[in-house]
Amino acid sequence: MISCILKTQSKILYTFLLALVVSFGAFAQASEQAEVAQKGVDPGATEGAEVTTGDPAVISAGEALFKNNCAVCHSAGSDVIVGPGLQGVTKKRSESWLISWTKNSQALIQSGDADAVAIYNQFNKQAMPSFAFSDDEIKSIFAYIDSGKGVVSAPAAGPEGAVAGENVGTDAIGAIGGYLDIVLVVLIIVLIVLVVTLLLITSLLKNYLNKNRQLNEYDAEVVNQRFDFSKVYKSNAVRSLVVLIFVVVLLDLTIEKTMGIGIQQGYAPKQPIAFSHKLHAGEHQIDCNYCHTTVYESKSASIPSANICMNCHSQIKTESAEIQKIYRAIERNEPIQWVRIHNLPDLAYFNHSQHTQVGGVECQTCHGPIQEMDVVYQYSPLTMGWCIDCHRETPLNTEGNGYYDKLVELHESSSKGAFTVSSNGGSECSKCHY
Amino acid sequence: MQDRIKYWKGIEELENTPEFEKHAHNEFPEFLPINGAEGGESASSGKTHRRDFLKLLGFSMAAVSLASCEAPVRKAIPYLNKPVDVEPGVANWYASTFYQGGDYNSILVKTREARPIKIEPNPSSGLTPLGTSPKAQGSLLGLYDNNRLRFPLIAGKEAKWEEVDNQIKSRLANVSGKVAFVSSTIISPSTKKLIDEFGSRFGNFEHVTYDVNSASGLLQANGGVIPGYDFSKANIIVGINADFLGTWVAPVPFAKQYIETRKINPDNPAMSRHYQFETILSLTGSNADVRVPIKPSEEAALVSALHSAVTGGSASGTAVDAKLLATVVKDLQANRGKALVVSGSNDPGVQELVKAINTALGAEGSTIDTAAPYYVKQGNDAAMLRLIEEMNAGSVGAVFFYNANPVYNHPLAARVASGLQKVGLKVSFADRVEETAKLADFVTPDHHYLESWNDFEPKRGFLSISQPVISPIFTTRQMQDSLLVWSNQSTDFYEYMRNNWRTVISGNFNEGWEKAVHDGVLENGTSLLKVSAPASTASSAIRKIQPSAIEAVVYEKVSMGAGGENSNNPWLQELPDPVSKATWGNYVAMPRQMAVDMGVKQDDVLKVTFANNESIELPALIQPGQANGTVAIAMGFGRDLDVMPVAKGLGASAYSIATVNDGAVLYTSGVKLEKTNATSPIAQTQTHHTIMDRIVVQENSFAKYKENPKEVTKYVRIATHEGPAKPAAISLWDDYEYKNHHWGMVIDLNSCIGCGACTMSCNVENNIPVVGKAEVLMRREMHWMRIDRYYSAKEHEPKDYAEMEHPADNPTVIFQPMLCQHCNHAPCETVCPVAATMHSSEGINQMAYNRCVGTRYCANNCPYKVRRFNWFAYANNDKFGFNEPMNNDLGKMVLNPDVTVRGRGVMEKCSFCVQRVQLGKLEAKRENRRPKDGEIVTACAQSCPTEAIVFGDMKDPESRISKILARQQGERAFHVLEELNVQPNITYLTKIRNLA
Repeated sequence: MISCILKTQSKILYTFLLALVVSFGAFAQASEQAEVAQKGVDPGATEGAEVTTGDPAVISAGEALFKNNCAVCHSAGSDVIVGPGLQGVTKKRSESWLISWTKNSQALIQSGDADAVAIYNQFNKQAMPSFAFSDDEIKSIFAYIDSGKGVVSAPAAGPEGAVAGENVGTDAIGAIGGYLDIVLVVLIIVLIVLVVTLLLITSLLKNYLNKNRQLNEYDAEVVNQRFDFSKVYKSNAVRSLVVLIFVVVLLDLTIEKTMGIGIQQGYAPKQPIAFSHKLHAGEHQIDCNYCHTTVYESKSASIPSANICMNCHSQIKTESAEIQKIYRAIERNEPIQWVRIHNLPDLAYFNHSQHTQVGGVECQTCHGPIQEMDVVYQYSPLTMGWCIDCHRETPLNTEGNGYYDKLVELHESSSKGAFTVSSNGGSECSKCHY
Repeated sequence: MQDRIKYWKGIEELENTPEFEKHAHNEFPEFLPINGAEGGESASSGKTHRRDFLKLLGFSMAAVSLASCEAPVRKAIPYLNKPVDVEPGVANWYASTFYQGGDYNSILVKTREARPIKIEPNPSSGLTPLGTSPKAQGSLLGLYDNNRLRFPLIAGKEAKWEEVDNQIKSRLANVSGKVAFVSSTIISPSTKKLIDEFGSRFGNFEHVTYDVNSASGLLQANGGVIPGYDFSKANIIVGINADFLGTWVAPVPFAKQYIETRKINPDNPAMSRHYQFETILSLTGSNADVRVPIKPSEEAALVSALHSAVTGGSASGTAVDAKLLATVVKDLQANRGKALVVSGSNDPGVQELVKAINTALGAEGSTIDTAAPYYVKQGNDAAMLRLIEEMNAGSVGAVFFYNANPVYNHPLAARVASGLQKVGLKVSFADRVEETAKLADFVTPDHHYLESWNDFEPKRGFLSISQPVISPIFTTRQMQDSLLVWSNQSTDFYEYMRNNWRTVISGNFNEGWEKAVHDGVLENGTSLLKVSAPASTASSAIRKIQPSAIEAVVYEKVSMGAGGENSNNPWLQELPDPVSKATWGNYVAMPRQMAVDMGVKQDDVLKVTFANNESIELPALIQPGQANGTVAIAMGFGRDLDVMPVAKGLGASAYSIATVNDGAVLYTSGVKLEKTNATSPIAQTQTHHTIMDRIVVQENSFAKYKENPKEVTKYVRIATHEGPAKPAAISLWDDYEYKNHHWGMVIDLNSCIGCGACTMSCNVENNIPVVGKAEVLMRREMHWMRIDRYYSAKEHEPKDYAEMEHPADNPTVIFQPMLCQHCNHAPCETVCPVAATMHSSEGINQMAYNRCVGTRYCANNCPYKVRRFNWFAYANNDKFGFNEPMNNDLGKMVLNPDVTVRGRGVMEKCSFCVQRVQLGKLEAKRENRRPKDGEIVTACAQSCPTEAIVFGDMKDPESRISKILARQQGERAFHVLEELNVQPNITYLTKIRNLA
């Protein structure tokens, strides 16, 4: 059930006033969305200065390996996820020890290595799976850990996500509410002050005139007349105004509600398994790509199959009731039926890899602060207007992409504006509708 | 002065009938019964009352309000255990092979989320690297046919496989008499070996190969194989009733070879000359430079005369014009070693003569590759006839039917049925209970070919493999596995086949095998298939066909196949016949003169009485070019089976025309025709979407081309005060600037043979609905791409009576694929009131379905008549149940998930396969490069077996299309209706004929 009538009452007032400040509102809306878009595009800026002295190619190779294989249980910092945080581990242990541990930790424990047994016992005899990496690959992973890149990136996501998350659960009009509230309050205060001042002035003048008693009969009548409500009620102008306001409000509401049909922003259905992105993506820093395996390759990001869950949960939290549901699904050979949150209409074609890999758009740009969501909700309206706005504002991620080389030159020679998605044809019908 | 050529699409246009006039002026049928029969009185009167209107209004308001509050809960169900190589949303391709009744295609199967959705040619193949046949494209839907058997049957009742196996094994152990295995041609070396091994257990076993449209005579004359014809080496091609581009032997490889000699290299022009003598106007005859209609009874005399002339004698005794025959002989003799004569006759005597002609012309070793014969037809009529007699004599103990349905399609079907009564054990591997399976004790349904392992050798030294691309949908079992089980072997057919391949793969077997499976083909010259000269033969004397008043032939349709294998395929049923442009059913094709003499009009139902006194009723279709005194009826119709709901009630079976003559099956005999009072309309698309009298196709002679290539194409010039100017030079509109890509297409009319593979491929790729016979009759077919077939004949001066034969007697034919021209100044774009169709920055004329409100202004304003309107909801609509790809859960699996299924009331049209363009660009961007030429192709271009269609980026100066355009500008390149200055992105190349 979508919040259909929830905010209706406050909306009536809002909408009416909105009409008064419509030009201001439009400006606010445009500027804010531009800001959001700007933020989203910043391609995953790796904050913090380079601490490392290692070869960047090796480190980035190590980073990929780490994120896809290790990050599930280890952080590159000092905090414990399942296994220990790996910051500074190369100083504690020798390289050869680390390599043999990574390749087959159980063998090392069996061989009676004191350090190995100690760690094994320290972490509740939780066995680390064996990895068939080459020595160089393992070295690159530790080079990445030494570089400290993984440590700094962790807290960065938090505040940014929090800012982006402010508008959660609002629709197109509500989205500008932040500004509107302030404007309204100021306007109302100004109005009240004005009215009070005017009333004061009138009564002052009236008193003054009455005191002086220099008024003739006619003037006295004017000064001391009683306020006649029936006249206001019968006045054609007032009546027309009321009717006009009523019609405008009604029309506006109808249009707004009709346009809102099918928009499920804020939709947060209950899922068959209480999976928390906050825990996995937020606290444990598991890369999105680890579970959503095709997000860089395919049109769909793909919902992970149970065997991906089993990579960790064959070992971790095996007794949890929620995890037990996965075991049951596997035993019964019945796939888990998640509730689909992001529903694009069939007539719209959307391709994840176009946006993630080619465009360099962060997941959070459209999906919001996913790393803070216990229950995932639809962050963006997913309307065509929303898509097009972003396409109009977003400069193309052309850096280092041979596809765009000539196009960038051509664009720069003919236009001063940014080379946006739209200026490369990104708002044409058949880019998404076919 | 050159005679003016008059083009016409059908007799009705030639004669300008009132019906044609009316349709030509009204693009859309006049009324639309919106509410159908159930609408009640008020609806049928076409008026809506005020109260009804208000009720509807209120209801829709309520529905909309309700819909706004409650959104359906949709599920997202991931794999439980995702297979490693399946990525949701990413297509996988597997090499495989399609083979049916001679039609061989090495293919790639596109799968999405592990379900096959499209078939493409396999470029690794040496035989069929370019395109596919329409049947291969359509075969995909057979996989998702809801009427396939889901389990084996014992005496018509559902059974378990174990039970079936036990019963068959025990009955085989006690079999007495002959065991026969009847199949259509098997070109699988492993299957053949397996059948022989299976049969070796029995004392008396015979594998009888039975082809519906057999080449028995040809095989007998050539030692059991089909000579390795190579049309690409021939300067002179003479075809006698051999439709080698459409249905005869191996049409797809032949079309590729044939067109090599027909494409004109502008730097070194050369072109073969093709004579065709034939009864029906076949696809091949339509492409011939010189076509001569002959009666079936004249064929033997013609071949004899040719033989005698080629070997030094005189060409006499034939009814064919002596002057023309002399030209043919002269051409043949001048091109010794570069000439080829082929005949479609099934008479071994005639084929012996044809072989002698080819030997005399020195064809062997040049235009006939003696080292690499074709194996695609191996049917032995004599063996099948003998088996029928043996069955009737009661000496057959067990019979198996694999891809063979003689009770339906053998000329002696009644004898087959009566013989089967006397056979102890009858097993059919049919995929449904068809005519033969109905009489079988066991039906053990075979997998669809896309679910099976198999190997193929269509030509000596050309091996290919098919692999399962989907796990079996039903509990069917591959025939080969059944045989292995019944002969108590524990290996499955996959292992069996692998072992069989150990002899052909050199080096590391596993690596070699993986590579062969990956490539789909292995062409290292080694051969696996054992083919021997037929044991039973018919006499090789030339059979005399008694001339009769009306000689009939039964022929194979290009899109339907011979034996009715594809009857239940709605895609293929709705694909117009390349020549007659008729859909959904067969008909009596008769020449105009006969129709005039008999007083028969098109669609009049005729009673056809065969030699065996059986009769059928079919409507008449007046077929220009049909030899006078003959009629033709297509094979594969008249199915009356509930398991073939699509085909039920369409046409009538005409296999009885085929007669046994001295041990050979000849597909002709005399018939009697009677007019009935009934009429039955034929759903013919030829005059739909007519372009009226404007010049849209261009052709010229090869002689003229060699003289001056700049004069073969007529270019329209507009008179201005500065003299004549190109239409494009005078324009009201501003031109678009294309910065990135500019997609375009070149269609070579010289290469297009009109087979319809492009139309079929487009249908599959773009989820185009099947509308059914009634709607085709209403001119509402939805094909985005059509092949316009124009008949033409020279117009003579009215006084020149002697010269003036009727243009419909033997017209020349020209094919023109017609699709959205993606005009740069598109007339449709300017008239759309809601901007649902507009131009993209890459030159594509886009169509946004969800914005379209269905005014149909665009279609009215389109000079090419390529826009299609969704008059009905074709999906999820019981009234269009035959539209299987959109109306049942299984059929829907064939839909392309990247293309929207359009709803009612919107316009649609060719999109230049924009989904492929987008994907191609994305792939390039992901790899940080520009797209490579040839990487992005439309479905039509990809499926064309003759490369008639070239698609590419006209902005890229190195692309093939840019080079062709640069070379052909001013010579053969022209735009259709250039005078309208709509500036299409599709360019055609003038057809050149090598006239004698």
